[in-house]
Order: sequence, then structure tokens, then C-alpha cells
Amino acid sequence: MSPLYSIIHRDFTLAMRQKADIFQPLTFFALVITLFPIAVGPAPETLQKIGPGVIWVAAILSALLGMERLFRDDFNDGVLEQMQLSKLSLSWIMFAKVLTHWLVSIVPLIFISPLLALFLNLTMPMYWALLATLLLGTPILSLLGAIAVALTVGLQKGGILLSLIIIPVFIPLLIFATSAVDTAMFGLNYLPQLAIIAAMLCIAMALTPIAMSYAIRVSHQ
Amino acid sequence: MFVWLHPYAKTERAYALCNTLMPYFLSAAILGLSVGLVWGMLFAPADYQQGDSFRIIYIHVPSAILSMGTYVAMAIAGLVGLVWQWKTAYMSMIAMAPVGALMCFISLFTGAAWGKPMWGTWWIWDARLTSQLILLFLYLGVMALYYAFNDRQQAGKAAAIIALIGVINIPIIHYSVEWWNTLHQGSTITKIGKPSIAPSMKWPLLVSIAGFMGLIGTLTLMQLKNVIIERELHRPWVKQLLSERETK
Repeated sequence: MSPLYSIIHRDFTLAMRQKADIFQPLTFFALVITLFPIAVGPAPETLQKIGPGVIWVAAILSALLGMERLFRDDFNDGVLEQMQLSKLSLSWIMFAKVLTHWLVSIVPLIFISPLLALFLNLTMPMYWALLATLLLGTPILSLLGAIAVALTVGLQKGGILLSLIIIPVFIPLLIFATSAVDTAMFGLNYLPQLAIIAAMLCIAMALTPIAMSYAIRVSHQ
Repeated sequence: MFVWLHPYAKTERAYALCNTLMPYFLSAAILGLSVGLVWGMLFAPADYQQGDSFRIIYIHVPSAILSMGTYVAMAIAGLVGLVWQWKTAYMSMIAMAPVGALMCFISLFTGAAWGKPMWGTWWIWDARLTSQLILLFLYLGVMALYYAFNDRQQAGKAAAIIALIGVINIPIIHYSVEWWNTLHQGSTITKIGKPSIAPSMKWPLLVSIAGFMGLIGTLTLMQLKNVIIERELHRPWVKQLLSERETK
């Protein structure tokens, strides 16, 4: 059994034993989306117009909410320090942890998104575009967010600070994701936007693990 | 290659360098701003479409351009800190942050004041305006992260990482006009081929940009001196400096 697999396995088992950590962001996601029809009125056309944006904003917020836990326990009980001492590259360890976190706490959001798309009166092409942007885009959220989490993990009040430093960085992603869904609404080709998001994902996968491992070393000083 | 730079990793030398450079930046600021602004406000011709209200360009454009430039400079200082582990690099990084944030705010404020008579609205969610607002948030994020740490060296490293991540925003700001071509007019100075701003309007603008550069340099140096003094308060040379001040 390779060490990376064992890290994924360990994180996965831990997450499965703390189911609240999975369900809380999920419920939060659904709740935020429920707020919008109540706040702006239930007219189907309005909801269809704002729907993709609302789902994406809710996804960003609940991802941030769940992300705080990404390294916290392992940081506090010293496991991360042990991992730094191991022979494995810290970047790979970080990548494995973020991957597990994405599978455990973001993929459920994508699973319930058909239901929420129904709530917000999205059409079928819009939904497929939304699904594609979520699948390609949410790993970017996790990867970039993990750097900020690694930086703030040692601080007492990391929560708000985490959102403050990382939300501005998410904005380009949000622009392309919602523009893809908007394009799909008119039945046009949204592959260019998807290609840009996929390019962002490739860059993020290549570079963020390095930044994460550096950030966690800074936090351990 | 950069061996001549190494002595400035010592705070005392960096402080002395600040004092040496200050007069140059200050005179550039005073000269550039007074000439550029008086020329622009009083002598440059009025715009054929926008009348006299275009004159705010002499504050708006320099602050907007340089708020981005300052961000890049800040990130470079952060990178230098990360690579060579100089605390003075982190100090200059954090000294630049409030100055850049101020420039960003000035450009947003003058932009709003210019937008009201020209576009009929204070604010519009145009690409350039939005990215400038994001830039302000990036500055605030860097500062918030830096001051959240108790250990200054750790704070410098953390803020440098966030500043470097934020740099990806700079090209987006630059290309946003082409990407989402909306209400904001395109850049008029640096168009390849023929600039679309008249020379009589361009020259005071360039002088004013130079003046703003001097101003940013001066403010950064003042801030850097403060940061150094604050951080090295217990060092003998600072104590000596402060006691000399008192006896004067």
C-alpha cells in the first residue's frame, strides 16, 4: 500500500467518522440557496437569471466553511509535523489531503446540485453547464483555499481572515463559471469558458501544492 | 550578481538608505505633482466632449496605474524576502501595502466622481472598476494577514505568499478591458502605434504620473522607516537615534 494512498485512506476514514463535518456545509449550501427565492421573490424568470450565480456563491461560501477544518486537527495534534519529517514530499501529502477533502466535502454539494437547480428553475442545458463548471471549478476552490488555510491554521481567529484573504482570488473563476452557464442559457457554445477553467485547474494542480507545503512550514515556525 | 544589495538586509543600513533616498523622491513628488497638476488643471485644453470634468484624469489615471504597479512591487519585495530571507524585504513589502491601498482608494474615489457626470452613475459593475475594487481587497487581505501574526518574520512570509497569489489578479485587471469590453474607455496613452490622447493632454499626464511615483516612493520610505523603528526598538542604534532626537 503506497503511503499516499494510506494518507487518503486515513483522512477518508476520519471524515466518515465525523459525519457532521460533511452534513453541516451541505445543509448550509442548501439553506443559502433557499434564502434567495425568499429574498428576491419566487418569480421563475428572476430565479433562472440569478440561479447559476447563486449556486456558485453558495458553493464558495460553504467550501470556505468546510475548509477551515482541512488541516486544523492534524495541525493541533502534531500529525502534520510528523508528516513533514517523513520521507514523502510534503507537497504530495498536501495534495492527497486536499483531494480527500474535496471528495468528502465538495462532491456531496455537486450531488445535491440537481435538486437546487430545480429549485432555481434552471433549464437542462444550463444545468449541464453548471455541473461541468462545478466539477472543474470546485477543485480550484479547494486547492487555492488550502494555501490560505495552511497560512491561517496556527492563528486563533482564522475563520474570517481565511475568507478575507482568499475570496478575492476566487473572483476570476466565478466570472468564467457563471459566464459559461449564462452562455448555455442562450444555447450557445460554452466550451471556451470551460477550457479556461480547466487551464486554471491545471495551473492550480501544478503550483498550489508547492505553496501549500511552504505555507504549512511557515505556520509551524 | 546582487552582492551590492546584501548590506541592505541589515535594518540599520536600510534605514540609512531610506534617509538618503528620501530627498530625491520628495523633490520628484513636489515637482511632478505641482507642475503636472497645475498644467493639467489650468493650461491643458478642455476635452471636446467631456469639457473640464476630464481634468480629474490627472489624478485618476496616475493613481490607478500606480496602484497596480505598487502591488507588483510589493509582491516582488515579498518574493525577495522568501528567496533571500531578508527581513528588510518583508518590511518594505508591508510598508508598500497601505500606500498602494491608498492609491487604489484614490483611483476608485476619483473614478466615481468622474463617472457621475459622464456616465450618470457613481458606480457601475464594469470590468475595470470591479478589478480595481478586487485589488483594494487584495491589499486589505495582505495587511490583515500580516497583522494577524504575532511573530513578524512569520507574518512577513505568510503575507508574501498571499501577495504572490494576488499577482495573478494583475494581468486580469490589465486585460479586463479587452475581455469584457464595457463602459470604461480603453487605455489612451500606451496604445501601440498612435496614442489616442492629444499631446497637449498627454504631457501633463505623464508629468503627473512621475509626480505620483515620487509621492508613492516618499510615503513608502516614511512608512518603511516607521516599520524599521518599530521592529528594532530594542537595538542600540535605534535607542541612540531616538535619544539624539530627544536632545535636539
